Amino acid sequence: MSFFGKLTLESIPYDEPIIMVTLAAVAVIGVILVALITKYKKWGVLWNDWFTSVDHKRLGIMYIVLALVMLIRGFSDAIMMRTQQALATNGAAGYLPPEHYDQIFTAHGVIMIIFMAMPFMIGLMNIVLPLQIGARDVAFPFLNNLSFWLTASGALLINLSLGLGEFAKTGWVAYPPLSELSFSPGVGVDYYIWALQISGIGTTLTGVNFIATVLKMRAPGMKLMQMPIFTWTCTWANILIVASFPILTAVLGMLTLDRYLGFHFFTNDGGGNAMMYINLFWAWGHPEVYILVLPAFGIFSEIISTFTSKRLFGYKSMVWASGAISILGFIVWLHHFFTMGSSANVNAFFGVMTMVIAVPTGVKLFNWLFTIYRGRLRLTVPVLWTLGFMTTFTVGGMTGVLLALPGADFVLHNSMFLVAHFHNTIIGGAVFGYFAGFVYWFPKVMGFKLNERLGKASFWCWLVGFYFTFMPLYVLGFLGMTRRLNHTDNPAWNFWLYVSVVGVFIIFSGVILQFVQLYVSFRDREQNLDTTGDPWNGHTLEWSTSSPPQFYNFAKFPKVSDIDSFTDMKEKGEAYQRHERYQPIHMPKNTSSGILMALGITAAGFAAIWHILWLAIAGMLGAFVVFLFRAYSNDHDYYVQPDEIARIENAHLDKVARGLT
Amino acid sequence: MSQADTSESLTSDDFIASVKSYLVGFMLSVILTGIPFWAVMTHHFEKPITLGLVLVMAIVQIVVHLKYFLHLDFSKEGKINTFSFLFTSLIIVMVVGLSVWIIYAANALMM
Repeated sequence: MSFFGKLTLESIPYDEPIIMVTLAAVAVIGVILVALITKYKKWGVLWNDWFTSVDHKRLGIMYIVLALVMLIRGFSDAIMMRTQQALATNGAAGYLPPEHYDQIFTAHGVIMIIFMAMPFMIGLMNIVLPLQIGARDVAFPFLNNLSFWLTASGALLINLSLGLGEFAKTGWVAYPPLSELSFSPGVGVDYYIWALQISGIGTTLTGVNFIATVLKMRAPGMKLMQMPIFTWTCTWANILIVASFPILTAVLGMLTLDRYLGFHFFTNDGGGNAMMYINLFWAWGHPEVYILVLPAFGIFSEIISTFTSKRLFGYKSMVWASGAISILGFIVWLHHFFTMGSSANVNAFFGVMTMVIAVPTGVKLFNWLFTIYRGRLRLTVPVLWTLGFMTTFTVGGMTGVLLALPGADFVLHNSMFLVAHFHNTIIGGAVFGYFAGFVYWFPKVMGFKLNERLGKASFWCWLVGFYFTFMPLYVLGFLGMTRRLNHTDNPAWNFWLYVSVVGVFIIFSGVILQFVQLYVSFRDREQNLDTTGDPWNGHTLEWSTSSPPQFYNFAKFPKVSDIDSFTDMKEKGEAYQRHERYQPIHMPKNTSSGILMALGITAAGFAAIWHILWLAIAGMLGAFVVFLFRAYSNDHDYYVQPDEIARIENAHLDKVARGLT
Repeated sequence: MSQADTSESLTSDDFIASVKSYLVGFMLSVILTGIPFWAVMTHHFEKPITLGLVLVMAIVQIVVHLKYFLHLDFSKEGKINTFSFLFTSLIIVMVVGLSVWIIYAANALMM
């Protein structure tokens, strides 16, 4: 083994023009960014205020920036796949050779689930959850920073695979025996393993962190059954994270042993059983989709109750429906592999369980409808996303119940119908929810509202584009087209493939409009400032802080006696109180330990992918040394003094007073 | 940071209660271990009954350990630990149990 393991100059795919052009574009953008940051002398700000920050709000913003960057990459993959399938009809080859196309659909799945949806969800949770429960930060602020950098580390590895070597060609589930060494000898599956493993550990730590936060750091008086609904759905999602991510860690660990040390967990020979990988993968994978969608349900609930100016209908049933989904979500995973060949009884059990899960989800839908009933729904952008979700997700849910019939599944398994179904639920459920939450909480985080016109335009592009892209895929599924085809030769499919590619470009306009919206809103921010901190007449505690919130969130802990605690305060006239005296506030200090540890772990992951032993040892050792320094350091907290708090609070309350009169 | 700065100093009453709980637990464990040993060594019962007895005593002892040593109970402070324990057990039983069923049934048909 050479000094750089398997890594040589030939690992760079010079012969792939698409990749080389992409890399050139990324390099140009990177150079421009570095030049701009240097020119405006922002490196210090970036490092001191952001990269080393333990503030949950700043970490949340970084998570969402990461998610948006990865959305661009994952969405480019989507456009390439749809155009390839539209061009490669009637036996034409299209423009993507099979070995590149296979990497694209794998990367698209991994990126969209693990590096787009998860960071977006965790970002929103980071920003909002501590504010909603009246806490000053999460339970373990340093751990929060480390979690973010571990997620970023996984994202970095998966992006490196574009220019160095290859990515997995196995589909995002990486089923063995295809993902075993004998069929995938390259580094692609290793990139997959280490990117997921490292970011997965970050996610598990996030789950632990937020469960501790919710249990231990609620504002005085706030009972569990008085937590805002978004906090509740996030808590269920965190419980699912803590219970299910270890399964992923273990199953990837076993695949690692198979590939690196010649074990036989999932191989064809030596007594291995590939079915066990599929089984364990989905024992994590199915709870994972509920981890994505439950917080989105919480976002819709907050939005619907805020913009109808009503209490949420059936708060308790909403909490317990989420709980029922969380537990039922753990006993439906076999529906991902009905065709594996288990017994009819097994298939029947999991089929019935899958249909049962539609019941608590239905309860939620009716709760939202009853909240709207006799309310005055203001048709703002977050509400549009919510209404779009309620219709689209219902369609996705119904096709899901179709697929839950084992008999029907034998026909539709691995077809375009399935692809259409899960995009229907993940885009129509989770992604619409995150966009709704993004618009809803944007003024809280940045201090100004997003442009309404562009927001609406973007929403309609997304919604119309979604139906144009994915409804044809349902038809294609019924016409017998299987998923992941590089090229086709069936005239009956062509029309629907063409419709679908039109749809993806309508969505593309929606994405462009979202970025234009960000730019225009930032340019015109002076006209859209949120001075009161409560732009929508909100119900929950996050709206009682200034926009953006002070770094310590709450100068005094709010006393809570109601689910809609801020509405309660406003009604009692207790909101926006001036205090004569403040107590010093105990705050955590920023630390570079998180990013440095993640750096070491990234190096170790990269070394493991390319079999560079010395770098793997150096990386792990480096991370461990940083960890030791952190563990034995006493310099990690400070006090904000009362006079400074009084100055900040009075400035904010003066602004509120001007805004209210 | 922490809002609930309740001091956790151990009063002498708590200390005695804690020692008492460990002693009761220890005594119960000794008895619950003794009975199966006695049953096996003396052949007092028939074999199936002995087996059943050992199993029941083992399960009872698990509960004793949880209550007296791990202090899982439904008091205000202990509730959250008990519920997380029950939830974890439920998930493990479901995931492991159903996995065994799935793979066993698949093997029976495919191998």
